[in-house]
Amino acid sequence: MAKITFIEHNGTSHVVEAENGMSVMRAAVDNNVPGIDGDCGGECACATCHVYVEPEWQAATGARTETEETMLSFAAATQDNSRLCCQITVSDALDGLVVRTPDGQH
Amino acid sequence: MNHVSTLSDRHAVWSLPLDQVNPAQPQLFKDDAQWSYFERLRAEDPVHYTADSEFGPYWSVTKYKDIMAVDTNHKVFSSLSTLGGISIRDQRADFPLPMFIAMDPPIHDAQRKVVSPIVAPGNLAILEHTIRERAIAILDSLPRGEAFDWVDRVSIELTTQMLATLFDFPFQDRRKLTRWSDVATTVAGPGGLVETEEQRQAELRECAAYFMGLWNQRVNAPPQGDLVSMLAHGESTRNMTPQEFLGNLILLIVGGNDTTRNSLTGGLYAFSKFPEQYQKLRANPALLDSTIPEIIRWQTPLAHMRRTALSDIELGGKPIKAGDKVIMWYVSGNRDEEMIENPNELVVDRARPRQHLSFGFGVHRCVGNRLAEMQLRIVWEEILKRDLDIEVLGEPERVLSTFIKGYINLPVRIRG
Repeated sequence: MAKITFIEHNGTSHVVEAENGMSVMRAAVDNNVPGIDGDCGGECACATCHVYVEPEWQAATGARTETEETMLSFAAATQDNSRLCCQITVSDALDGLVVRTPDGQH
Repeated sequence: MNHVSTLSDRHAVWSLPLDQVNPAQPQLFKDDAQWSYFERLRAEDPVHYTADSEFGPYWSVTKYKDIMAVDTNHKVFSSLSTLGGISIRDQRADFPLPMFIAMDPPIHDAQRKVVSPIVAPGNLAILEHTIRERAIAILDSLPRGEAFDWVDRVSIELTTQMLATLFDFPFQDRRKLTRWSDVATTVAGPGGLVETEEQRQAELRECAAYFMGLWNQRVNAPPQGDLVSMLAHGESTRNMTPQEFLGNLILLIVGGNDTTRNSLTGGLYAFSKFPEQYQKLRANPALLDSTIPEIIRWQTPLAHMRRTALSDIELGGKPIKAGDKVIMWYVSGNRDEEMIENPNELVVDRARPRQHLSFGFGVHRCVGNRLAEMQLRIVWEEILKRDLDIEVLGEPERVLSTFIKGYINLPVRIRG
């Protein structure tokens, strides 16, 4: 289990309890966190679960995959800490994870 | 041959020898009679080979998950125009229109990235006010108590005004955009939109010349927020060849026109078939968030996308060979019972309405999807605010195409 905090573009926080093994995208969508769409259902094929990982969590969440890199290159307002959160798997090591959502998914 | 979607006809489709099942018949789509073909293929032969059709031999991919597998594998399934491009009808070799939708990485990626910011969330927020003003003006100008054509008065007018806004195109000439969009996707023939291929190409050259005029104005002026100015000043687009410029313009005109137009009509038509769903939305307009993607799924304004296999690969247990034409039937995947409950119905409060195939997936996913959703949302917000009681008076006439799934007209009347 991991407690994950999603901070919306306007500053609103949403804290959700996520089970190990599920994706961070799924944890957001199943808990109706606004600002994360996950249109492709976790196939890394739409870039609508774009988040910014807080710097202190970048090491724990790992690096982008090649496909993720390509899909993110088409998204808007990407930064060095941008990830597609369908590609981040929940584990105990991510308990306390904080991610921010962009002003819109594209 | 005329196909009518009757029960007996459905029976006939299920009785055909499997190797003769050929859904790629434009007349089927014109008659809205393609559904039984796809129902049968999803049930009996989800990845299906048709040896003989007016478009040559091709594979039909009909299930949601198989379509996802093709769409996300651009290394094997190519979009290259020189291999035939992105629709079942091979791109003509004598009049090439290079556009990024019909390219593979890495050139695709570079050109897409130039256009993408124009339809990103930040820029859309700036456009929203203008779109709403124009939608309001159109809705308030509609007649009350008399029949009119929804396609012409609302769907075409709104999407054309939108395009004119995006391009900063002379407003009084905006129906030229509609015409060029229709001409670009039509097949020339007697009695058709254009009679000959020569006429078709002449009209597209006229489009190129018109836009070249705009380009020349904008390239010599300070950069502005419109698409032509952005292309003229953009680092990786300002040296495009005239053919590339025309190709990408046509892509943006068709992409921003037909699809949204037909979803605007399709939504109204769907509500006439499922009036209880409209009442649910009317009682709770917040449901628009799920209604808009649901309309786009239900309509599926592009019935398919085509790929060409670059190497042998197995798909759904079938051996696809290098060079084969592979059709992803979005129109079928969006009605896949395994992924979507009661898929033939429009349901305004589905749990996961955004999981549909209409925008495609992977590197070629629709770049304007957010703009399309915004246009549809604004129109329906304004219809709901006015509580317009729009009555569909009869069946629409549909487009003769296996690619553009759309409407030529839809007779309606606003009560009151």
